[in-house]
Amino acid sequence: MTGTVGTGTALLEVDQVAKSYGALDVLTAVDLTVPTGQALGIVGPNGAGKSTLLSVINGTEKASAGTVRFGGRDVTAVGPADRARAGMGRTFQIPRPFTHLTVFENALAGAEFGAGLHGHAADLRALEALEMADMLDVANTPAGTLPLLKRKRLELARALATDPQLLLLDEIAGGLTEAECDSLIATIRSLHREGITIIWIEHVVKALLAVVERLVCLASGVIVADGAPDEVMRSDEVRKVYLGGGM
Amino acid sequence: MSPEAADAVRVDRYRRRMTVTQIVGAAIIVALAFAPYVFEPAVTSSWIKLFYLITLATVWNLLAGYAGMVSVGQQAYIGLGAYGIFVFNDLGLDPYSSALVASVAIGIIAFALSFVAFRLRGGYFAIGTWVIAEAVRQIVVRFDSLGAGRGRSISDYTSDPVMRNLFTYWLALGILAATLIATLFLLRSRMGIALQSIRDNEVAARALGIHVARTKRIVFVIAGIGAGLAGSVICLQAIGVQSPSQIFSVSYSAFMVFMVLIGGIGTIEGPIIGAVIYYVMDLYFSQMGLWYLVVLGALAIAVTLFFPRGIWGALSARYNLAVFPIGHRVVAVAPGAGVRGERRMAMAAGTGK
Repeated sequence: MTGTVGTGTALLEVDQVAKSYGALDVLTAVDLTVPTGQALGIVGPNGAGKSTLLSVINGTEKASAGTVRFGGRDVTAVGPADRARAGMGRTFQIPRPFTHLTVFENALAGAEFGAGLHGHAADLRALEALEMADMLDVANTPAGTLPLLKRKRLELARALATDPQLLLLDEIAGGLTEAECDSLIATIRSLHREGITIIWIEHVVKALLAVVERLVCLASGVIVADGAPDEVMRSDEVRKVYLGGGM
Repeated sequence: MSPEAADAVRVDRYRRRMTVTQIVGAAIIVALAFAPYVFEPAVTSSWIKLFYLITLATVWNLLAGYAGMVSVGQQAYIGLGAYGIFVFNDLGLDPYSSALVASVAIGIIAFALSFVAFRLRGGYFAIGTWVIAEAVRQIVVRFDSLGAGRGRSISDYTSDPVMRNLFTYWLALGILAATLIATLFLLRSRMGIALQSIRDNEVAARALGIHVARTKRIVFVIAGIGAGLAGSVICLQAIGVQSPSQIFSVSYSAFMVFMVLIGGIGTIEGPIIGAVIYYVMDLYFSQMGLWYLVVLGALAIAVTLFFPRGIWGALSARYNLAVFPIGHRVVAVAPGAGVRGERRMAMAAGTGK
């Protein structure tokens, strides 16, 4: 069985997406269909275009060519704010906290705008997101004073506060201790169980394999392997990419 | 969220402090409104300048301190506010109604100009706003009816100087009160969170569903209207404009930056303090001539070096003060109870804003 066979309908369809900066092609003709409820992992060497792919999916970057469909709707021309409101939550590899706001207020931004909630409902959603990301204890701390690992957690909390259908995670496990990593895995697993569709870029492959049911390997802007995680990890293409054979 | 955790914490908007602020604030405004009946007209009319300085500092801070748009071109709207009085006064309105009608027109102009200004970011945005202000001045002086390059006075104005000063005083006070109230409620609303998110990180703000350009545009228009109203007051107090280069002078922007940085950028209290300091210094030291500017500059450098967050920023960080509370604080409802008691205790001890 391959991971491309999903149970639900497609939530996300990336069709022939390319992204280039001037003469530099970061993504070339990427096709990726993610069914509702799937947890998909993306691996690949540095500079493969993984973060750029997430940016094109959530609208932070405009695709140079191709289309992105979300929930059956063509969102290629839709800005990131409206994609967030439609149900895309995203974390950034290099954390982008609102430094002068408290941790709670950071999450509240996601709840009020991404989830479109008001007043008490927004407060509750933000608190819930902080609890899921295990950040309630620093709720009143200004985000600018958080250490790096907590900033990564804040990225997750904020994305969860938007009440996403599709959660795009960009390297949130790096630098964690064994115990912290286990708790992160448990959190993401429970999100997956709730039915949230997840696309997770991660170098900590062990964490990834504990959650995802499908794995994609991206190299030089092209998908070189796609399928069940163990098959993909064993495939010749992935070995070549990581061990540097002829790519 | 699990029910026990939802019961254990609540979000505090500093409601009690807000009530005190509203009562004391209302009392101060009412007292100031009746001040002309107590003090000599010369005394109260000298406060008009303080009122418009606080207004200018507050709206510039809204723009730069909360929305991250550092403009050095707000003199465009100050000048338009002054010249708007002539335009609507000539059409038959009294000067005070002219000020209010002009502010609406300025809002529309600021909305249109935002499409030009927003094409630029950061330092380029700052310079761009200055260029726009110069362009606005160049256009205004093309009109002979507005005095061309020479300035002009208000033609249809009440001849009683006491009434004139009184009405200008009340208008300036009303504008100040409206500006402070609007700023406080804007920043306490979800707009406040959106603005500060945009200021701190635009890319992340977008990814969380915040419409960045739309939100910035609203603030840009509000700041334009505020500066326009201040410009109207300046014109009313001087019964006209001495010269276009004075009312469209970039030094207004320099003074706004000075007041906000000295007092504390990104706080509501800071610009008020900064405006008072500037007003007092201007009152007592402006006859020193060139040395006055040297003292102002030295003060700005000293404050930036020793209190990078301004006077109020340093005070509020040290003593946890907030006269105008806009933040959120998560507090434990029953500290020490339940399985997560320890954590809640730690949270309650955390700092608020």
